[in-house]
Amino acid sequence: MKHTLSVLVENKPGVLTRVAGLFARRGFNIDSLVVAETENQAVSRMTITVDEQDQPLEQVTKQLHKLINVLKITDLDPAGSVERELLLIKVKADAVSRSAIMQIVEIFRAKIVDVSPEVLIIEMTGAREKVSAFMELMAPFGVVELMRTGRMAMSRGRRAT
Amino acid sequence: MRAANVILEALKREGVDTIFGFPGGVLLPLYDALYDSDINHILARHEQGAGHAADGYARASGKVGVCLATSGPGATNLVTAIANAYMDSVPVVAITGQVSRHLIGLDSFQEADVTGITLPIVKHSYLVKDAGTLPRIIREAFYIAGTGRPGPVVIDIPVDVTKEDIDFDPEVLPAMQLPGYKPTLKGHPKQIKEAARLIAAAERPVIYAGGGVIISGASEELRELAFYGHIPVTTTLTGKGCFPEDHHLSMGMLGMHGTQYANYAVSKADLIIAVGVRFDDRVTGNLTTFAPEARFIHIDLDPAEISKNVAVDVPIVGDAKRVLAALLVEVKKLELSADRHLPWMEQVEAWKRDHPLVIRESESGEIMPEAAVRTIWQVTKGEAVVCTEVGQNQMWAAQHYLSRQPRRFISSGGLGTMGFGFPAAIGAQVALPDALVVDIAGDGSFQMTVQELATAVQYRLPVKVCILNNQYLGMVRQWQELFWNKRYSETCIECQPDFVKLAEAYGAEGYRAVRPEELEEVLRTAFATDKPAVIDIRIKREANVFPMIPAGGSVHDMMEREP
Ligand SMILES: Cc1ncc(C[n+]2csc(CCOP(=O)(O)OP(=O)(O)O)c2C)c(N)n1
Ligand SMILES: [Mg+2]
Repeated sequence: MKHTLSVLVENKPGVLTRVAGLFARRGFNIDSLVVAETENQAVSRMTITVDEQDQPLEQVTKQLHKLINVLKITDLDPAGSVERELLLIKVKADAVSRSAIMQIVEIFRAKIVDVSPEVLIIEMTGAREKVSAFMELMAPFGVVELMRTGRMAMSRGRRAT
Repeated sequence: MRAANVILEALKREGVDTIFGFPGGVLLPLYDALYDSDINHILARHEQGAGHAADGYARASGKVGVCLATSGPGATNLVTAIANAYMDSVPVVAITGQVSRHLIGLDSFQEADVTGITLPIVKHSYLVKDAGTLPRIIREAFYIAGTGRPGPVVIDIPVDVTKEDIDFDPEVLPAMQLPGYKPTLKGHPKQIKEAARLIAAAERPVIYAGGGVIISGASEELRELAFYGHIPVTTTLTGKGCFPEDHHLSMGMLGMHGTQYANYAVSKADLIIAVGVRFDDRVTGNLTTFAPEARFIHIDLDPAEISKNVAVDVPIVGDAKRVLAALLVEVKKLELSADRHLPWMEQVEAWKRDHPLVIRESESGEIMPEAAVRTIWQVTKGEAVVCTEVGQNQMWAAQHYLSRQPRRFISSGGLGTMGFGFPAAIGAQVALPDALVVDIAGDGSFQMTVQELATAVQYRLPVKVCILNNQYLGMVRQWQELFWNKRYSETCIECQPDFVKLAEAYGAEGYRAVRPEELEEVLRTAFATDKPAVIDIRIKREANVFPMIPAGGSVHDMMEREP
């Protein structure tokens, strides 16, 4: 099962290296990783997706906790959290296919952010499954390139993540 | 105050009186400040030696050891010592010089990314970019190195930082900024109660104690628990001395080269009380057959050690001293009777009687290694601080030099670093000037850091190096003999210096013992001088270490003696 770990770390040089280095050294795999500052400049949040099948999750979190710069780790329960990924996808679009693409964009509440004679760039956000479904529907049109941010997640309700 | 002086003042505030180091270009400001300082500097002859000496100093004294190396090659020479301290959880602060800030990242002369290189082998590290942060960083470094599960901390300091002038008031302690560092010390009371219940119910309990007991200073508490509960104790290599090995409840060391009775007891135990240990593969062998009938209580300060290798029934995260003290209170409430597991005690006694560690008689007029270690033990009345190198010498020392006190047996357990013992002995001698410090060495290992003889001579540190000289990389040869058809590929090191002359060339004393009957006298003479001495003990060349459980094996695979 995939787990989303929300890891608060001190916003200092080298902290990402320490976290990534720990995963490498212990042979843990990272599925995706999102890092950015939080509302507090001194603190960054890393949202790390790992597969429990590849490694015991308990070891991952315990070893992470031992890093001096790690402040807090939350293992987000999918039901209790809102999870999002951002996708940018460049698809081939000629006069014939364009309207079909736009229909799908509409249904998925995605957004066309760049238009040129042969291609469109589409931006969409959503949970991982939704993003994947959208990508599948785009595939027949011809995907020129695509980028995904990896998963972000926030716990529902008043409780901080 | 000049930042270089601030560094020394901040070190003094942490209680540092001795640094082991080696100078270089980027350390000029710091060494210049050291010139007038009352901090003792021990000039090693190789940075690895300085690092291991700081490690040995820390293990012998319980204080944080400090070593110092210049940028680039100086710092990379320190890497083995840092890794060694990391694996055995030894508090060491390693200060490295770095090129000036504006030269970092440009492949400048003697630049190496030290914080990067050491990342996986440190508890924490700092690259100092702002001189003003030095007092805080040094305070934090000592705090991190010495508390919780100890470990090495690297402080990499660019040379231009050390030349700056900064405000420093030795009276004002800078506030630490470590919001993410909070070691758990107190064990969970419910878990402790549960552990006491298991102990009371156990019919075949065994205490498996390790380095964590020594680090925590919990030997007294461990002893009380063992005595009160009549529980036999086995220790790991790094745990040697946390329980008196000449006590009848002691079963010595367990694991690959542990005693037969310790391994039998573990394999038949119904309860393992693991304290300050990490279920290392050299201890457990095949994990699925390790203590198959037992339930586990695991006491450790590091939550990550719990259930890392073995699933445990009662995990207790906390400092061994505090947890054991609390556990003893709970156990006493249950009023255990002395004879509640008499059959088990008798069984352990029977194993001890029937399968003792063998000290072989010499057949051919050669010195047998076990007998050599026993003689060292007798001559020193078991009271020496013993350091070891790595290999057969280390295992013979562990089996036959019975330790009675913590911090008196110092060996590279986790990393298994050849060349560790001698510089560590130098560090231990600095920490304990009045102690008799003996390095039980191998001929191969000693040659890896032999240059530190100059250090021992210069600072009049009367360390005694007892080489169990088999003219082999003996432990590797043993594996070749047993598992690789006696194909002794590159393990014969007959070409070696005359160790007596070598010692003398350095200004130390050199001795040699070839026949069993001369050994005791030679040792007495060598131990009586106030100079460092090397004793070349020629042992039976192809003697092997037994018992032995082959790597990954179980107690059923144990080889009791030479096939
Ligand atoms: C730095 C280092 N290199 C290689 C090894 C692998 N190794 C383990 S034991 C050993 C032989 C050690 O020889 P010696 O010091 O003569 O000890 P003996 O086993 O003969 O007592 C070797 C090469 C090691 N542990 N450390
Ligand atoms: Mg040898």
